[in-house]
Amino acid sequence: MDWTWFHRFGSPPHLYGLAGKLTPWFAWPAALLILAGLYGGLALAPPDYQQGDGFRIIYVHAPSAWLSLMAYTWMAAAAAIGLVWRMKVAHAVAASCAPIGAWFTVAALCTGMLWGKPMWGTYWVWDPRLTAELVLLFLYLGYIGLRSAIEDPQRADRASAVLAIVGVVNVPIVRYSVEWWNSIHQAPSVMKFGKPSISWPMLTPLLIMFVGFTLLFVALMLVRARGEILRRERQSRWVSEVVAQ
Amino acid sequence: MTPRRRRLILVLGILAGVAIAGTLALQAFRENVMFFFDPSQVAQGEAPEGERFRLGGMVEKGSVVRAPGSLQVQFIVTDFQRSVPVHYSGVLPDLFREGQGVVAHGRLGTDGVFNADEVLAKHDEKYMPPEVKRSLKPPATPAAAPQG
Repeated sequence: MDWTWFHRFGSPPHLYGLAGKLTPWFAWPAALLILAGLYGGLALAPPDYQQGDGFRIIYVHAPSAWLSLMAYTWMAAAAAIGLVWRMKVAHAVAASCAPIGAWFTVAALCTGMLWGKPMWGTYWVWDPRLTAELVLLFLYLGYIGLRSAIEDPQRADRASAVLAIVGVVNVPIVRYSVEWWNSIHQAPSVMKFGKPSISWPMLTPLLIMFVGFTLLFVALMLVRARGEILRRERQSRWVSEVVAQ
Repeated sequence: MTPRRRRLILVLGILAGVAIAGTLALQAFRENVMFFFDPSQVAQGEAPEGERFRLGGMVEKGSVVRAPGSLQVQFIVTDFQRSVPVHYSGVLPDLFREGQGVVAHGRLGTDGVFNADEVLAKHDEKYMPPEVKRSLKPPATPAAAPQG
C-alpha cells in the first residue's frame, strides 16, 4: 500500500500551505450557515408549547455541546497519531483543538445554566450530565496547562497526548450519561437513532447550526494549526521564506 | 516488533485499561451517580433511609393541591407503577406542570410523605410548537415510565 499521501501530511510546510488553502472553504460556509441558522432559529421557528421563546437557547447550546465533544475526539485522535507515528504536525493539530474545544465547553455550560434557571429552577445541580461536561472542561484545561508547564516541546507533546487519550473515556460518559443514569437533563432530541423528538420547523435551523458550528470548528482549527506549525518551525528555513514573502 | 507497532499497542492498551477502569468505577458508584430515585426504587427501599435524597418522576394529573394564601403545595410523584405524595413550601419553577417531569430534594417521612425543600422541573426531550401539541391526541394509556 502506498502511504506517501499520509506521510505528506507529516511535512509541516505541506500542511501549512494546505491548511491556508482550505480555511476559506470552511470559514465562509460556516459564517453563512450560522447566520441563516440564527435567523431561522430566532425569528422563523415557532415558540415551544411549554417553554415559549426560552427554548431558542438550544440553537447555541446543543451545537456548542456537540462541538465540545467532537473537538475532544479530534484532539485525542490527533494526539494518538502523533504518539504512534511520531508525527509533529499531529501534535500541533491536537494542541490547536484544545482551546477551541474548551471555549465551546464553556459556551455549552453557560447557555445551559442560563436555560436551567428558568426551566428547571436552578443554575446548577451535580447531575451526571452536567458534572461530566464540567470534567470535560477540566480535561481541556489540564491538557493546556500540562503543555505549557513542560518546556521541552517533545516531552510536552508526549505527556499531553497521553492525557488527551486517557480523557477520551469521558466523551461517551457525557453522551450517554442521560441514558445510563437518572438525570435532570433531558434525553437527546436529535443525536439519536430514530425520529428526532423535535418538530421539523424547529429542527431545520438547528441542523443548519450543527453543520455551521462544525465547519466553524474546522476553520478555527486550521487557522490555529497554521499558527502552531509556524511557532514550532520558527528556526527552519521554509518559515523565514514564508515570513519574508 | 517495530517501535511504531509497540507504541500503537501501548496507546490501545492505555485506552482499553482506562475504559475498563472507568466502567468498573462507574458500576461501583452506580447509586451515587444516580441523580434521583423514582417511586418504584423508593418502594423497593433503594433510596437512602432517613437521609436526604432526590425523588424524580411525573407529577400525577389532578394531584396538585395548593393551600390558599401560602406557598404550601402538595402533589403526587408517580412513575406509573408506584407513587409518592410530596409536600413542599416554596416557589415552583416555570415548567412545573401536572403530567410533566419533576425532581424533588428532601426527606422521606415515616408516614410515607416526601417532604421536599427544593423542587426542580425536568423537561423532556420533546420540542414542538403549541398548535402541534393541541393537535396531538393524549395517549390512552401511559405506555412506559418516564425516561430517566
